[in-house]
Amino acid sequence: MMMREPFFWVTVWCGLIIMAFILLPLIEMMTAPSMPMLREAIQDRDVVRSIWLSIYTAGLAAVISFIFGTPLAYLLARRDFRGKRLVEGIIDLPIVIPHPVVGIAILSVAGHNHWIGRGLTELGARIMGSVTGIITVLTFVGLPLYLHAAKDGFESISPRLERVSRSLGASMFSTFFRITFPLAWRSMLVGIVMCSARAISEFGAVVVVAYHPMIAPVLIYERFEGYGLKYSQPVAVWLVLICLILFFILRFLTLSRKKET
Amino acid sequence: MIRIENLETRLTGFNLHEINLSIEGGEFFILMGPTGAGKTVLLEALAGLIPIQCGRIYIGGKDVTKLPPEKRDVSIVYQDYALFPHLTVLENIKYGLHFHRLEKTEAKKRLRKFVEELDLAHLENRLPLNLSGGELQRVALARALVVNPRVLLLDEPLSALDPSFREEIRYELKRLHQLYGTTCLMVTHDFAEALSLANRAAIINHGIIEQIGTMEDIFQKPRTEFIADFVGMKNIFAAEFEDSRAIIGGDLHVELGRLPSKSHGYIAIRPEDIVIHRKALASSMRNSFRGVVKGLFDSGFYYEIHLQVGKLTFKSLVTKKSLLELQIHEGVDILFSFKSAAIHTF
Repeated sequence: MMMREPFFWVTVWCGLIIMAFILLPLIEMMTAPSMPMLREAIQDRDVVRSIWLSIYTAGLAAVISFIFGTPLAYLLARRDFRGKRLVEGIIDLPIVIPHPVVGIAILSVAGHNHWIGRGLTELGARIMGSVTGIITVLTFVGLPLYLHAAKDGFESISPRLERVSRSLGASMFSTFFRITFPLAWRSMLVGIVMCSARAISEFGAVVVVAYHPMIAPVLIYERFEGYGLKYSQPVAVWLVLICLILFFILRFLTLSRKKET
Repeated sequence: MIRIENLETRLTGFNLHEINLSIEGGEFFILMGPTGAGKTVLLEALAGLIPIQCGRIYIGGKDVTKLPPEKRDVSIVYQDYALFPHLTVLENIKYGLHFHRLEKTEAKKRLRKFVEELDLAHLENRLPLNLSGGELQRVALARALVVNPRVLLLDEPLSALDPSFREEIRYELKRLHQLYGTTCLMVTHDFAEALSLANRAAIINHGIIEQIGTMEDIFQKPRTEFIADFVGMKNIFAAEFEDSRAIIGGDLHVELGRLPSKSHGYIAIRPEDIVIHRKALASSMRNSFRGVVKGLFDSGFYYEIHLQVGKLTFKSLVTKKSLLELQIHEGVDILFSFKSAAIHTF
């Protein structure tokens, strides 16, 4: 592609428009609240509580995805089996289902009308309007992202490394922890970051399952509804700042991985 | 040392059928065949790294068919080295020692021995990332041998190397084998490699072993058309036999000087055994024909000449000098001869 060709300018202009489209609203929102308003927002107990709740529920969702998702990601990366495509399709379902529908779907199982819901109540676990419920929802929406990242990581490791390890006397468990894990941890970490970033931004599904206790997106929505744009902006800024930090960690990790290979 | 009985695998793409193979302790055995023949599958089945459909595998007299790879005492070295990229050279070599209950001093002694033996001391703390192919393969060999395996499996260990390193590692393999007497089973599709390393080999094609024997037997007495072609017998003709004569291409009579076996239906002649000449020779060669030069192909030191006789094409090798002296070029009518003893039937 030559510079000065019309085609080249089309690509540049489209790029610029997209940059502006993404950045303008964000910059506008970030700079709208004054410093005192921001300070006031972060001193507001409800705000702090909601942001903290957002972070730790999203983090827990990522940890749960890590624990239960890693073996499945490994299986998908290493084995071909009948129905593998189907399993992969099922994993992607949470990404394509509209978010409020996710909430409703989870309540259909966890509500009083379902035996699982009744069983959970008997065990003392409540989904509706509880932290448990929030974590359940966030895991549901975040899991696919973790699975994809971890699977990609495992796939990038030659199975021959594991085979050599086995032939040298290591069991499958030793092989996993000495060879596979040290080589895949970076992808897994990227998966964890992506999973929690996705979870922290969830609104539609959470609002159905648990309006209270309030996570940050729900609080922002409530302030917007009740008091208007001005009052929702400071909370939004704080939430975005946190999302950005997550995003930069992600970029940093993926970039430094590329350098190595 | 190794005995494989009726081994079959069913994987997507590569299947092995009724593999029967027996390898002596201390032997350097070669498994040869074209790409996709199932050579690597056989190695990995032996190491327990892929599931097998049926059959039995014995190593050192013990039935290991059901054993996991880590209990088989079989090391494997791959073409792409398969070094652990996150571990240093020394940590790579040491890796297997963790899993073999050894006394600390003994483990250390063995480690030092192989680091010295393969001249890796100056690379100990380097990561595999920046090493040359030859160095990588030396590390892989040290890692495989340090656990004192009963069998060393080598999956085309020289194929990915530059020619200079290939020579070096081939020499290294030979030396290590003579030094430690480890039973080696090596996969290759290079005949020269095979000849220089092993005394016995098996040829595998489409998942079936077509011939097992000494290198000389396979080279001189290929049992199938595929093997004859594989080992460079470029003149292979379907033949009908009449007493001690073979009739090829319908009307060309070739004197064999002996009675062929009844089951045979082919003759094969090496191109280097066909002599080209301008005038009739008074020689011991019983077969002499006239042909037309149909093609000349430069193959480095030699030219491959294609000679047409009726419907048949004979291939011979000549040096550039003879080519000039005999004034051979395309379309020339010329004589060629070969001894009866150079004809192989199968």
